Parts: sequence; C-alpha cells; structure tokens
Amino acid sequence: MRVKIENLTKRFDDAVAVDNFNMTFEDGELVALLGPSGCGKSTTLNMLSGILPVTEGHIYFDEDDVTKVPPQNRGVGLVFQNYALYPHMTVLENISFPLEIKKVPKEERIKRATEMARLVQIDKYLDRKPKALSGGQQQRVAIARALVKQPRLLLLDEPLSNLDARLRLEMREEIRRIQQETGVTTIFVTHDQEEAMSISDKIVLMKDGHLQQVSDAQTLYDDPHNEFVASFLGNPPINKLYGYIKDGKFVLEDGSATVNIDNPNVKEGQTVVLGIRPEAIQLNQPQVDLTAVIKQRYTMGKEELAFVNVGNQTIRVYLSNDYEFAVGDSVNIKLRKKGSFLFDRETGARI
Amino acid sequence: MTKKKVSTFFTYFFLIIGALIMIFPFYWMIASSFKTAAEYNSYPPVWIPSNWLNVSNFVEAFKAAPFARYFLNSVVVTVSCVILTSITTILGAFGFSRMRFPGREVIFGLLLSLMMVPFEMLVITNYQTVTKLGLVDTLPVLILPFSTSIFYTYILKNFFDSIPDSLYYSARIDGASNWKYLWRVMVPIAKPSLVTIILLDAIACWNSFMWTQLTIHVDKLRTLPMGLFVFMSDEGSNPQLQLAAATVCVLPMIILFLFARKYIVNGVARGGIKG
Ligand SMILES: Nc1ncnc2c1ncn2[C@@H]1O[C@H](COP(=O)(O)OP(=O)(O)O)[C@@H](O)[C@H]1O
Ligand SMILES: [Mg+2]
Repeated sequence: MRVKIENLTKRFDDAVAVDNFNMTFEDGELVALLGPSGCGKSTTLNMLSGILPVTEGHIYFDEDDVTKVPPQNRGVGLVFQNYALYPHMTVLENISFPLEIKKVPKEERIKRATEMARLVQIDKYLDRKPKALSGGQQQRVAIARALVKQPRLLLLDEPLSNLDARLRLEMREEIRRIQQETGVTTIFVTHDQEEAMSISDKIVLMKDGHLQQVSDAQTLYDDPHNEFVASFLGNPPINKLYGYIKDGKFVLEDGSATVNIDNPNVKEGQTVVLGIRPEAIQLNQPQVDLTAVIKQRYTMGKEELAFVNVGNQTIRVYLSNDYEFAVGDSVNIKLRKKGSFLFDRETGARI
Repeated sequence: MTKKKVSTFFTYFFLIIGALIMIFPFYWMIASSFKTAAEYNSYPPVWIPSNWLNVSNFVEAFKAAPFARYFLNSVVVTVSCVILTSITTILGAFGFSRMRFPGREVIFGLLLSLMMVPFEMLVITNYQTVTKLGLVDTLPVLILPFSTSIFYTYILKNFFDSIPDSLYYSARIDGASNWKYLWRVMVPIAKPSLVTIILLDAIACWNSFMWTQLTIHVDKLRTLPMGLFVFMSDEGSNPQLQLAAATVCVLPMIILFLFARKYIVNGVARGGIKG
C-alpha cells in the first residue's frame, strides 16, 4: 500500500513536534525514519497508526484519506520500542489476540498465529509467557502480533534499541527478511544511522520535526542537502572548516589560508562552512589545497587517524601507511571533490 | 553457644510466644465448640476435647437459633457486596486511570478527600437515606451502601496507572475497544490486586455489625455476626454453644484467606509490572 503524508503537523500545546511534513512511501518499500532523539519520529509514527490525532494535514493510504479514521480501522501493525506484549498471555495468545478481537474462529486463529510464529521463528515457544523470553524473542513475538492480521502498513518504533549489539545485527537482517517475505510497506524508526543504512530501501532524515532529506543511504552520504544531513551521517563525523568567500575562493575564518573551490553559486563575502569527509582528505599529494600540523594521533579499529590543525581550526584525517607521520609534522592536504561540500553558515543549506 | 545463636534463639522464642498468644483464642473457640458442657465447665480446664467429632454443639446451636438462615443472609450480602464493589471499583479505576475527561483530577481529589470522613459520621446520613428509600429491614440495605469504595478504587487506579500506555495503544490498534481492553488485558494483569481487594471487602462485609444492628430488626434478615450477638445474650449459660456458633461465623473468612493468601502477598509485594 502507498502511504502519502501531506503537510502533516503535530503540536503539543505550544511545542511543534512535527512540522509540515510531506512524504510518500511507495508500496512494498522498507523506509527508515531516521533522526536524533526528540525529532518527532515516534509522533509521526503514532499519527500514521492513528493513536495520536493529527493537528493539521492529511494522511492517505492509497487513495483514501485516513486522517480521521480510528486506529482499529486503519489496518496497520505497530511494534513498540518496549514490545508491549500482554504479560498474562502466552506467546500464542499474544500473537492471536488481534484475530480474537476480529472474532476469527478459534481454529483459524491458532493456525494463522502458528504460521506467523513460524515466519518469525518463535514457534518453539508458543506456550511461554513473555517474561520467560529473551529480548530478541519478545521482539519476534511483537512483530508476529503486528503482522498476523495482515496489515497494509507495518510500523516499527525503534524495535532494536533494547537489544544488545550482536542481537541487533541479527534482528536487523530478520526484519529485512520478514519484510521481503511479506512485502508489506514498512516504516522503521531509528536514531541509529548505521541501522537505517543497513536495513532500508530509503531513508527519511528528520530534525526538530522537519523533514531534512529523503533518499537512499548512499545519496544521503554523498550528496547531503544541508549541513545537518552531512554531519548526522558518517563515522568518523564530517570535518567542518569555518570561513567566508573572497574572490570566489574559500578563506579560513582567521584568514590564514585559501582554498580554490569550483562553485558558481557562492556570493562574495558569504560566510560559509566547508564540510569535508575524512576520507576525502588526501595527504602529501602533488596538488596542495591546505597545509596542516599534526596535533594528535589515534586509532579506530584498523584505521589510523589524526587530529590536525588548519589555521586555528581542527579537523580529522586518515593517515596513510605510505608515510611516517609524527606529532608536530607539517602535512600537505588535498581535498577530493567527492566528499567536500559547501554550506551557507546562516541557513546550513548546501551551496 | 555463640552470640548469634543466642539472639536467633530469643528471636524465635518471642515469635513463638507471640504466635501462641495470637492463635490461642482461636484454638479455644474451635476446641470448645467440640466440648461437652461438663468438659467446658470443668476445672482445671480441659485443653483438648475428648471427641473431635462431637458436633452436638453445632446441632444444638442451629436448633436454638436460625443460624442456617443467618449464614445464608451473610453469604448473600457478602457476595453481592463483593460483586458490586468489584464492578464499580474496576470501572471507576479504569475511568480515572485511562479516560481523559475535564475535571478528572479535581473529581478524583474530591473523592479521595471523602476518605477522611469517618464511617460513624456517614452512618447518620446513610440511615436517613435508606429510611427515605424504605429499605430498612430489607437485605439491600446491607448491600447498596457498600457497593462502592473510594479506597479500593484508589488502590486499583494506582495499579492501572503502572500498566504501560503502549499496551493500551497496542490493543487499540489491534481493534480492541476500551471495554475489551479493560476486561481482556487490564483486569487479568491486575489479578493480584483485585484478589486482595475482594478479600478485604469480603471480610469487611462479613463482619459488618454496627450498620446491621441499626437497619435490621427482623430476625430472619439477620446476618451471622448480628445473629451471634443476639444468640450470645439469649444463651448466656451455654458458652460451648456460643463458641460453636462463633466458629461457624469466623471459619469461612479464615478458609477464604488461606486460599487467597498467595495472591495477597503477591499483590502487596508487586507494585507494578515491568515496562
Ligand atoms: N504527549 C506529548 N506531549 C507533549 N510533548 C510531546 C508529547 N509527545 C512528544 N512530545 C514532544 O514532541 C517531540 C517529538 O517527540 P517524539 O516524536 O517522541 O521524538 P522521537 O521519537 O523522534 O525521539 C519531543 O520534543 C517531545 O518532547
Ligand atoms: Mg521515539
């Protein structure tokens, strides 16, 4: 089912949780709703499920306006961060509860619930109570319960955040597999960029209730629309050099260096931020954009990195194995075009 | 003996003494109801009745006064009270915990403040009310005034408050109405609290005395405590009959308590459920 959100807005008293959100989720897609904590992800999800009334705007499921349709008539399945399993019911009873409400005959209920349990691979524990299950197993039960009534839309609110790191990786793939097997349109909320990138067809990045950018993970990384998107994604995070435009060139804030930038959109005197991904910085190449001094070295996994000073600003660079680097050394820096972005200092918009 | 052992010894010694003091009147009551008049009146006292199967005291007590009738009245009143109180408590607690309506906090605060009014004061106004309604000397007079309880509503509301909202929303998405959610999810989860409430309420109803004395003057409508009271003054010379009647009066609640004990401990120990 295709889900279309039009000018969706949610206000709590004075606070705006979601502001004028427009978006279309295509049929059968798995979309990650990504953003820092408190940016309005859950609020958006709850409006889609019908738990929260909409302040302004419309929600369409295919052609139907469901903005005012109560949750039970929307045909959505929702998995909560804490799973929200009924503690007094067994796994089987939990999974078949939505069918029981729909007055599906008992035999068929059990059959469908058992099938669903098999799909999420929890069918060994049908008679257990939730508290006798591990986090990952509870998670599977919650997904089975959301799926058993064959929803047109599956909503998952940070479903992996209560799991330990290893299980999280495993469940990510499970969710991906289950989604592909059922083909249900799925919206997956997370604040973890890596999770969003690994699981989804498409990422919707939000901040402070505003939509920032919608695209696949690679595009989001390679072609961010603004400074926030660029800095939210990437580990180690993107470097930022503050400065202004003079004679069509980037000049560091303290005037100590100048970088040639090939960007026709800049305005003379504009204050800007030069965002450079660490991997876009090449050291000791024939061409030189900037010179820097190595301040401190550190390792991250197998990689060697260093903090270097450019003028009075500090950035992170990868150290290549081809040279010996020591703290205090001066190095030449070349910026690759891919991975270097210019943003307006005031608005954060990409130039 | 080490110091620790000595202190353990004394701890248990005093606990046992305390338990014996608590249990003794009950033992005396139950044992005496199986004694003959001679056994009961003999000196030094007979601690153990000669025949534990001697039920003649019960037979005679039941002959001397309509205890079967009293018993039945007590059961009817207690069961009705408990059922009505449970229903109003569950619905009230759900309303105050889950529903959003204007003035919710104020109304609940007002109700709570009513708990400060002592029962003895309410007796007067309640008596006038039931007189006007013409309920005096009918069984409903023992039931209707006790069909709600602010205290139990408060206890249950607190428990309901501790059930995560996500369970409610999840049930709503699954298509459950408030009504269905209440009975299928909230009430089963609150079972330990509910059993405690039911038990406390049953004991209070069963033992209710002052109100019964005020509103019931017909012998066949008397409940056990009331009947026992009258029987005591009538049969002053036969304490073993009185104690047999008292045993009949007390025993059902003790049995009920023993059955529900497991739940009560759970209900008190478990403030809420995990999120
Ligand atoms: N019931 C509520 N009342 C008032 N403010 C709320 C409520 N729910 C959420 N908010 C506010 O809305 C914003 C978005 O919240 P939420 O959607 O839960 O964020 P996220 O899920 O992205 O972490 C937050 O600033 C939060 O404080
Ligand atoms: Mg959230």
